[in-house]
Amino acid sequence: MPHIPLKNDSQEIALFETRALTGVVIGILLVLGLLARLSYLQVVKHSYYTTLAQDNRISPIPITPARGLILDRNGVVLADDFPVFTLQVIPDRVPNMQRLLHKLKPLVALNKQDLRDFKRRLAQHKPFQSVTLRAHLSEAEAARVAVNLTRLKGAMLHARLRRYYPLGGLAVDAIGYVSRITQSEEEGQKAARYFGYHHMGQIGVERSYQKELMGRIGFKDVEMDAQGRAVRVLKRILPHAGKNLYLNIDAQMQAIGEQMLANRPGAVVALDPRTGAVLSLISSPIYDPNPFVNGIREKAYRALATNPNGPLDNRVLNGLYPPGSTIKPFYAYAALQTHWFHPKKHVMCPGYYHLPHSTHLFHCWKPLGMGRVDLKEAIEQSCDVYFYRLAFKQGIDRMTRYLTYFGFGHRTGIDLPGEYRGLVPTKAWIKASGRPWYPGQTIITGIGQGPLLVTPLQLADAVAAIANHGIRMRPEVVRGTLNPVTHRVRYIKPHAFPAIPRRRKNSLRRLIADMEQVVEGPHGTARGIAFGLPYKVAGKTGTAQLWSAAPGFNGRHLRSDALFMAFAPVTHPRIAIAVIVEHAGFGALAAAPIARALMNFYLLGHVHARPQNQSRPQTVAARTTP
Amino acid sequence: MTLLERWHLDKPLLTALVILAAVSLVVLYSASGDSLSFALDDAVRLLIGFVVMIMAAQIPPETYKRWSLPLFAVGVLGLMGVLAVGAVRFGARRWIAIGPLSLQPSEFMKLLVPMALSWFFARRHLPPKLTSVAGATLLVLMPVLLIAKEPDLGTALIVLLSGLVVLFLAGIGWRTVLTVAVMALAAAPILWAHMHHYQRQRVYILFHPEADPLGAGYHAIQGMIAVGSGGLFGQGWLHSSQARLHFLPDSTTDFAFAVFCQEFGLFGNIVLLGLYLFIVYRGLRIAFAAQDSYSRLLAGSLSILFFFDVFINMGMVAGILPVVGVPLPLLSYGGTSLLIIMAGLGVLMSIHSHRRLVN
Repeated sequence: MPHIPLKNDSQEIALFETRALTGVVIGILLVLGLLARLSYLQVVKHSYYTTLAQDNRISPIPITPARGLILDRNGVVLADDFPVFTLQVIPDRVPNMQRLLHKLKPLVALNKQDLRDFKRRLAQHKPFQSVTLRAHLSEAEAARVAVNLTRLKGAMLHARLRRYYPLGGLAVDAIGYVSRITQSEEEGQKAARYFGYHHMGQIGVERSYQKELMGRIGFKDVEMDAQGRAVRVLKRILPHAGKNLYLNIDAQMQAIGEQMLANRPGAVVALDPRTGAVLSLISSPIYDPNPFVNGIREKAYRALATNPNGPLDNRVLNGLYPPGSTIKPFYAYAALQTHWFHPKKHVMCPGYYHLPHSTHLFHCWKPLGMGRVDLKEAIEQSCDVYFYRLAFKQGIDRMTRYLTYFGFGHRTGIDLPGEYRGLVPTKAWIKASGRPWYPGQTIITGIGQGPLLVTPLQLADAVAAIANHGIRMRPEVVRGTLNPVTHRVRYIKPHAFPAIPRRRKNSLRRLIADMEQVVEGPHGTARGIAFGLPYKVAGKTGTAQLWSAAPGFNGRHLRSDALFMAFAPVTHPRIAIAVIVEHAGFGALAAAPIARALMNFYLLGHVHARPQNQSRPQTVAARTTP
Repeated sequence: MTLLERWHLDKPLLTALVILAAVSLVVLYSASGDSLSFALDDAVRLLIGFVVMIMAAQIPPETYKRWSLPLFAVGVLGLMGVLAVGAVRFGARRWIAIGPLSLQPSEFMKLLVPMALSWFFARRHLPPKLTSVAGATLLVLMPVLLIAKEPDLGTALIVLLSGLVVLFLAGIGWRTVLTVAVMALAAAPILWAHMHHYQRQRVYILFHPEADPLGAGYHAIQGMIAVGSGGLFGQGWLHSSQARLHFLPDSTTDFAFAVFCQEFGLFGNIVLLGLYLFIVYRGLRIAFAAQDSYSRLLAGSLSILFFFDVFINMGMVAGILPVVGVPLPLLSYGGTSLLIIMAGLGVLMSIHSHRRLVN
């Protein structure tokens, strides 16, 4: 046995005690550290972690409000919401999926594609989330499912409001449409604003009055567990329904205009000159907006987009037309403000005009000329030579300045998105274009050709300004909004632009009298529509010629657009109107009767003019009935 | 002679443990989502734990001393057996099935290593010579390496720690302590290189839990949310949203402390920590009063290890230590680890109650 020295107990105890106490000191330091950490988490960062715990626990579920309706000035519903039923299944609550599907078979139509889609969604679904089995149930199907719901454990009928345009393409260019919010729109900065919404206005008042129509989203705070299962509803913030929108547009009048245009490319704008209220806004051809609501099929969209008549174009806002002779009264107005212009002075129209020291001839539309004409006759018969001379005398600067007063070259400020400015060759524009301006260009601008481009809306607003004694109003499609809950009505206030400068007292009255001659005069270019009218009309025809790629022609072809603008009754005008029919030749023949029909309807309540096409306009896209 | 004395039980220690067991039932009832059957199950396990403790208290320290080495040897053989025929669960081979029981020999090592080392040093003069330190180190490294091979790095480190605690209490020189510390630091990169991906992830996540909030950092973040949202006084019993809505994983086992934090707040934590520290204090008192160096070393190291179990679990929940699978003694839903802890406490009581009247 090896020698084992005696253990020195007291020394060992002392050593142990030192070590143990050292351990205690280390332990105390560790405990202090732990306490510091716990205090930091539970006191300093308490609110931070409370928020995180709340975020964990509570998830807000949006409650989408009903979108406001859109109605015409007489209360005709133009955009409606109607319930769509979706059949959904919560797989975790279904005891036997095969049996459930078997039970559903006699109640709703389920084709192979539905079942295949369902199987795919089923494979991806999160616990306790519903999976769509079939969308767009018919009312009969929805009723059958609703009655049997107690037998169908796990099945669920979900109703959602869907936008529907009951009159199809009627006034689509004013109303616009809503469509599903796309991923990129959701991801954009608008994400927060549109959270919880499924549709959003794309064009028309659906877009410009988006805020009023969509109301305010509501929320319910749902307590969720870590698996995303709803445990209970903690709090509800009710949504505010969207406001109903009343338009100035008269649906019947709109329909008459659309029928008369009969899907020929063209545009009609009718305004109340006193307020700027848009009574009709037609861009023909029209199309059915309903397929756009939940995403139009690509084939159908391509058919619309490639249609040579361009149904998707909004001609009222974006159609740029040379105004032709319809621009003449505005030049006449500019000239009437000067001291050197004598409206009664006769000018010889030999059928052509040439600039001094130039041999180039500018022709009148009447090849042999009109002989001696004064301003009245020049407007009545639309003499080109008179206005060539006037243009030469006034100069481009003065001409464009007055056009600008009438709103040409600027947006009218209508409550629709995407309006174009048109083009007025002002000094600034000429300078910016970088090309020299020749006197000849001034001459042709004098009869509404050349670079000058206007939109139908501008033309209507400008003629309304003449009717309204020199006060131009901002066109308004929307008359007012109605809160469907409180029934509070808010009218859109008419907005007047600064008065058009007038240096000579009677100049406007004279101009209106001259324009009246266009319809009422023995040689008036639009005298054809005057027959049997119980009220007096003032107007101006126009025919604009331009080279364009038209359907049925290879390459370019000279097309003539028919234009007509008018207002009535002359003494106290209540309606101003501009009509453009593309490829229709002489303005008085194609465009004026449409204006007459609309004015008749608005002022008399019935249409005297013979409609050119009795049938309802065929919308370009196939109508869908819900 | 009171009943407690006859049963070799220490009154203050027993009182604290009974209170902790009651707290455990209260917390786990809430953490399991008001499951009475779960709480009853825990009660049964705690009861078994107490029975084990009482049994362990009946055996005099001399017997433990005599059986230290053989038990240690059996334990090491068991570890080898695990590596040879053990059951694979969660990608690690840690369990050995004996009939209906599945045992985790590595857990036993938390008790057997201090016993073996105490026995080793009790036979020698203290402070130990360098050679005996080397011998003791070999004794410790054997099970540590076997456990690390399973792989179960967390338990391996705790077993290593248990060895180091005995070495420290035995009085190895400060210079040796320093050398070991420096060597450990130097070994850290080597250890890092040999770690499994998930282990590295845990260490990384300790410093950046937000880097992977739904993956490796999920436990840490949800734990801290539970702790932080508790505030000063807590949300009240049965109001731990983190546990009841299942955001907190392992809410009845390793993260039971997080549930406690959310429901009872900082004040509750201080009380709970005080309870644990009282047990440690009582254990150290027992060690100070021990009459031979085996008992002294064993009691001291078991107390300190109990402290470390508490500290590591709480530190893990509070986000200052990596997420290692260490349950909170008594409070967490028990398994083998509860039995080992209770056995250790039984040994402590045995040491206290088997003192001779004359030294």
